[in-house]
Amino acid sequence: MVEGLRFMKLSEEMVRVVIEKVKKELGDLVKSVEEGKGYISIKVPLNRLREAAVKLKNMGFDHVKSLTVTDYKKKGVFEVMYMASSYLDEELSRIIVSLTVEIDRNNPRMPSLSDIWTSVEFQEREVYEFFGIHFEGHPDLRPLLLVPDIADLKPLTKDFIVKEEPIFKS
Amino acid sequence: MSVSVIGGPKRESDLKIPGTEVRKIEKDLYEVFIGPQHPGSGHMRIIIRVDGDVIVEADPDMGYVHRTMEKLGEIRQYIKNIPLFERMAIQDACNVTVPYVLALEKILDIEPPQRAKYLRSLLCEINRIAAHLYGFGIFGVFIGHSTMYMWAFADREVMVELAEKLTGARLTHSYPIPGGARRDMPQDFPQAARKAARYMRRRLEEYRKIFLDNPVMKARMEGVGYIPKKLAAELGVVGPVARASGIKYDARYNDPYDAYDEVDFEIPVFEEGDALARAWVKVEEIKQSLRIIEQAVDWLESHTSEAPIHDKFWAKSPPLWKKVFEKEGRVKLLPMMATMKIPPGKAFARGETARGEIVYYVESTGDSIPYRVRIVSPSARNAIVFKYVVPGHRVMDLPTIYGSIDYFPPEADR
Repeated sequence: MVEGLRFMKLSEEMVRVVIEKVKKELGDLVKSVEEGKGYISIKVPLNRLREAAVKLKNMGFDHVKSLTVTDYKKKGVFEVMYMASSYLDEELSRIIVSLTVEIDRNNPRMPSLSDIWTSVEFQEREVYEFFGIHFEGHPDLRPLLLVPDIADLKPLTKDFIVKEEPIFKS
Repeated sequence: MSVSVIGGPKRESDLKIPGTEVRKIEKDLYEVFIGPQHPGSGHMRIIIRVDGDVIVEADPDMGYVHRTMEKLGEIRQYIKNIPLFERMAIQDACNVTVPYVLALEKILDIEPPQRAKYLRSLLCEINRIAAHLYGFGIFGVFIGHSTMYMWAFADREVMVELAEKLTGARLTHSYPIPGGARRDMPQDFPQAARKAARYMRRRLEEYRKIFLDNPVMKARMEGVGYIPKKLAAELGVVGPVARASGIKYDARYNDPYDAYDEVDFEIPVFEEGDALARAWVKVEEIKQSLRIIEQAVDWLESHTSEAPIHDKFWAKSPPLWKKVFEKEGRVKLLPMMATMKIPPGKAFARGETARGEIVYYVESTGDSIPYRVRIVSPSARNAIVFKYVVPGHRVMDLPTIYGSIDYFPPEADR
């Protein structure tokens, strides 16, 4: 058993250091780097997503905690966030970076990152069934939780409206 | 006279019922379906391909208890999502909902009072022990040790009753709310908690003797389901599975929330990476949780009682609410919470449940219902172990691996 771990609250200074590091490492790849609530948002163009992911992985962000997709119907885009962090680097493990791209809602295709981050493989399958996003190059793209005919409805997009029993509604 | 057959099968193809078609399989490789009806894997199916009795391929087939939580979360008021999300793991209710509440607090930009922080952490640790014991019991019965199952489930009752004393509900307590907690600690709680801690410590020693150091059980666990440190990081496994493989990661330590940066405890980390190490992590974690419970109880006892909720809400509450609190120590759910509007914003929060780290991403557009809630539960992240670690093991090792990663289908499917 390894002992002697010490607590440390995440300070603004630590976040700033990582932001600077990311900016330096990714260089002209990024559109913007912002500090969000609980994560650092790194926006990149879609055609340079894989390049950015490789660089982040080499920096020490070794796994993805959450592949979060949000449907902005009015803007006509899906925002795809790969929220990555680190297990092996203790300093980076306190930080969460979100590699963010926007893709066209009507033609949802993007490269898969599962060969860079294995941990994202099942989550990409999940996003595929709930949003219908095609991850090109994914080794095994098929629904994970839903049966195929329900997955066809793309239940997590804003087009899918949950019908409630109209008993108490006039 | 001719006899005509009315109905009944005429041709061979008529004998086939749709969906029961048979196909030939490749030589020497057999496909075996384990589950979804509980041969050691309730609500979840693992499709394995075996060569002899060595598994060459495993495909976890999840989703049998999917309850569309992310979608339902988008059509309910913020506060109503708390009882919904805790259905993921009812015996671990507080741990599962605290990060959601933390995310809301980040958007609201409030911090709960110190007392609420301690109360939440207290219940979190009680839940953690209960969930670990549940996992232990299931693990025991998976590998044929029914005594462990009986003992763990009986001892879990102690923790469940402790939680009932604190919150009023055995399971699904709906305890944390944005800005605080729902109830203060009752007067007689500290003695009960200390007694439970003493009892639990004694029992853990007996668990060691009958289960962990039992040569028969050790033979089934040692070296089985080995996950090297690098692979564990690559697969992104969480909780006891990661810590048994030498990864020093615990959301309570790496991103302290609630009272965890004030109480004194250790994060047990093992280097072996096998099923036995994962069992030991749980035992050591229970010991640490007992320490936290005792410290939290001491702190709560030595500080004067006050409503464990942020002043922003409490100052505006009607007099009846204050009267109920004085009389019963209960924070009646505030009317303003039911229709509470959260300012526009996005927040990400993480917390450590018994089975590992759970993360929430909440996005608000200033409405009384969230625009998007993303949940990634620990078992959902651990499911990848089946695909990458199980191949190469024998069929009899599958229950050991399944039990040792403490995979919990209702939590994984969300």
